Amino acid sequence: MYEKIFNKYSPEKENLIYILHDIQDANPQNFISEDAVQKVSEYLKISISHIYGVLTFYSMYSTKPRGKNVIRLCEAPPCFLKGSERILKNLCKILNVKVGGTTSDGLFTVELCACLGICGNAPVMMINEDVYGDLTDEKVEKIITEIKGRA
Amino acid sequence: MKTLDDLRKIRKKAQQEMKLRESNNRIKIVISMGTSGIAMGAREVMKAILDEVSNRNLTDVLVTQTGEKGLSSMEPVIDVIEEGKQTVTYGNITTEKARKIIAEHIVNGKVVNDFVITVQS
Amino acid sequence: MPSKRTDILLCCGSECVSAGSLKIKAKLLEELKKQDIAEEVNIIETGCMGPCDSGPVMMVYPEGIFYRNISIDDVSELVEEHLIKGRPLTRLMMRDINDKVFTKVKEIPFYKKQIKVALENCGYIDPEKIEEYIAFGGYEAIGKILIENSPQETIDIVSKSGLRGRGGAGYPTGEKWQFCYDQQSEEKYVICNADEGDPGSFIDRSILEGDPHRVLEGMMLAAYAIGAKKGYFYIRAEYPLAICRIKKAISLAYEYGLLGKNIFETEFCFEAEVRTGAGAFVCGEETALIASIEGRRGFPNSKPPYPAKSGLWTSPTVVNNVETLANFSAIFNKGAEWFASMGTESSKGTKVFALSGDVKNTGLVEVPMGVTMRELVYEIGGGIPDGKSFKAVQLGGPSGGCLTSDHLDTKIDYESLKAVGTMLGSGGVIVMNEDNCMVNLAKFFLEFSLEESCGKCTPCRVGLKQMYEIMERITSGAGKQGDIEELEQLGKNICELSLCGLGQSAPNPVLSTIRYFRHEYESHINEKNCPTKVCSHLMHYLIDTDKCNGCGLCSIKCPVDCIPGNREEKYNINQEDCVKCGNCMEACPESAINKISGIGFIPEDDSDSIYG
Ligand SMILES: Cc1cc2nc3c(=O)[nH]c(=O)nc-3n(C[C@H](O)[C@H](O)[C@H](O)COP(=O)(O)O)c2cc1C
Ligand code: SF4
Ligand code: SF4
Ligand code: FES
Repeated sequence: MYEKIFNKYSPEKENLIYILHDIQDANPQNFISEDAVQKVSEYLKISISHIYGVLTFYSMYSTKPRGKNVIRLCEAPPCFLKGSERILKNLCKILNVKVGGTTSDGLFTVELCACLGICGNAPVMMINEDVYGDLTDEKVEKIITEIKGRA
Repeated sequence: MKTLDDLRKIRKKAQQEMKLRESNNRIKIVISMGTSGIAMGAREVMKAILDEVSNRNLTDVLVTQTGEKGLSSMEPVIDVIEEGKQTVTYGNITTEKARKIIAEHIVNGKVVNDFVITVQS
Repeated sequence: MPSKRTDILLCCGSECVSAGSLKIKAKLLEELKKQDIAEEVNIIETGCMGPCDSGPVMMVYPEGIFYRNISIDDVSELVEEHLIKGRPLTRLMMRDINDKVFTKVKEIPFYKKQIKVALENCGYIDPEKIEEYIAFGGYEAIGKILIENSPQETIDIVSKSGLRGRGGAGYPTGEKWQFCYDQQSEEKYVICNADEGDPGSFIDRSILEGDPHRVLEGMMLAAYAIGAKKGYFYIRAEYPLAICRIKKAISLAYEYGLLGKNIFETEFCFEAEVRTGAGAFVCGEETALIASIEGRRGFPNSKPPYPAKSGLWTSPTVVNNVETLANFSAIFNKGAEWFASMGTESSKGTKVFALSGDVKNTGLVEVPMGVTMRELVYEIGGGIPDGKSFKAVQLGGPSGGCLTSDHLDTKIDYESLKAVGTMLGSGGVIVMNEDNCMVNLAKFFLEFSLEESCGKCTPCRVGLKQMYEIMERITSGAGKQGDIEELEQLGKNICELSLCGLGQSAPNPVLSTIRYFRHEYESHINEKNCPTKVCSHLMHYLIDTDKCNGCGLCSIKCPVDCIPGNREEKYNINQEDCVKCGNCMEACPESAINKISGIGFIPEDDSDSIYG
């Protein structure tokens, strides 16, 4: 699997961020494993500690396994003003997880994130690459049920 | 394209093509497909419209997309553009509303007043 | 269907309906029938037209005449005069302060105030078709400049336009270009900064999604001016659609020969590529952004040297914001004088604002610099919804400050805003109504900056943490005398000593709320009271025993079993055990439970021992 990703990029340091993105997306558990870091270090000829430095600097990378669907709920002020706290409470309740946690069926991980740039439709969340706006408790439940149905 | 003249030729041609009269299309439906629109369900609305257009075999209707008009609170937004008539902008569209607009406005020529945001010439 | 000669657009937004627009409609129909012209006139109910305080309002087409404050008794006269005799009824038309009668819809402030330059095509063209951009005059500017003007002349045009960077700092764009142009170097770069991370701003995203070719053309103009052969779009990874649209635009431009070698048969060669971030706000800072493109952690560097001298791979680099780039094609097509004719003395042109929060029309608006906050929030934004009143706006996100109702008439431009202690920033306008606690909000913004601080320099890393801890204790009821002064001192130091703009501006939300809402801080600290009942430690829930029917539902829902009672004696909350979850209030069928400010009991004096 790594070969295929490496083939897309020349072994230059500036491609590190993109290689990490691709590796994370290709992993069914949405994270970057120690093994992957090792492979990247060999391919780009850079130290493991440099890679971990980059990994931990950027918030979109995870070094821990996550659910198949990563839910990122915006916690920035414009969404907060429109009740994101309440949405979060309900979301955690229906999925029975804590923030940062993964559901026991491995389907969802709930994370908080900074502004997603859809503040005109606050509160907002992103599930993988799909965005959902003007959230209400009912809407969230519907979206979750729909994704569960697809799984 | 090599020269400014080439660019202007493309421009003329594109302008012509954007006019409905010159093409086979009587009416154009433009869906606002920015992230705000999509977050509010513009993709589903687009699907419903394409679905209605093909089910009803409407061969003279063109469905296209555009970016955001800035009306976040009224997304999803769609425009109905007809040559020689005022452009009708509909807001807060759902799949049901979209189907209704096809049935009443596109097929029967009756503007669905309940969903109109603005009308512009 | 027979075609109609007149369209009447009757506003049926909630304000107008409550002002009686539906009755007006019934009466109109009746009058039209009476005059036997019902067949010729189309009545269209529209959504809110904006000028809600003048409702009911309506517009009559094709003349485009706007009527306001219509009453039932006006209708027959209106039909007779306007629709039968063709004489608009001036008595009911919109007037400006000089009592001049407005006629055309474009002259009404709500519509009139907006002038679209950067947003010109957004929402009108198909962003994935290069032909549509070209049909609206696209790539004409770069074509003409390449053939007719030297790079120096190009820079002069931008300098003359008075354009200042829209990314936050407001640095004059012409000067930045000149500086980079003057550097002797084989390699130079242009970077489009699309890392937009300010909470409350979604301008750059909308432009990239709605009109990507305009930004690309802007980048080409910048590249020609400074002598760059290569450009990068740095887009945050949270914007997948924007990334996809700009990639498509680039590949179409190559197909059309607008990118690559010898563009328009001139010496000018240019390549463009997309780079993405990975979720770090500080990467919007230009030196951090450059580090990120080079594949490193996005730590800012101290300036000077500025990127214009030593930027990407130590070559001279111009970093421009998306909206800045989106202005160039219009400046070259319509002229520097045209651009400079809009705006104020020191802030030229138009600016896009993103309205969010407690305002009716959330979304994007583009207005000339120098409009007032009142125009933005009330005329264009449609005011505060749900009958609430205005409290404040936060400008410039976590790096800006708040403005109160005293500042509604402040002009929005770089200098006027600086004078009242805030900044234009990237154009995010977060509107807040009376229900918001300013102390809590400031804490929120501070938390954002603290989380996003890269930690490279001590004042920002340690200082913000100290400020945050003080804010924590104030909002949780353990505030002490002297806290406000300590916040002010810390804030001042952090502003002065931090390395990059993040640290230098992070204390602003706290400092400006102290400046304008000091009394709220004082209530929290001295009276242990959150006046808006937002801070859960400084408010309590109280059961109104007159309303309580003794059903006990609240008691069942309470997670900590702190609502004893029975049907006869009613229920009461044991304040000391309550965890403020709010379940009881939601559960109560009689709405007998209210939020009350203050903690609701006399605490044992142990707060000092926790934080002492
Ligand atoms: C913490 C921080 C974040 C920033 N984020 C952005 C951003 O998201 N977009 C942007 O254009 N400029 C941002 N800037 C400003 C840039 O450093 C730079 O001034 C700007 O891109 C220059 O472009 P302009 O002259 O066209 O405004 C940020 C600055 C700081 C200190
Ligand atoms: S001011 Fe803050 S964000 Fe900027 S370099 Fe220093 S620690 Fe990093
Ligand atoms: S707010 Fe929650 S903890 Fe407090 S009394 Fe009500 S239900 Fe109980
Ligand atoms: S604040 Fe939530 S999307 Fe911007």
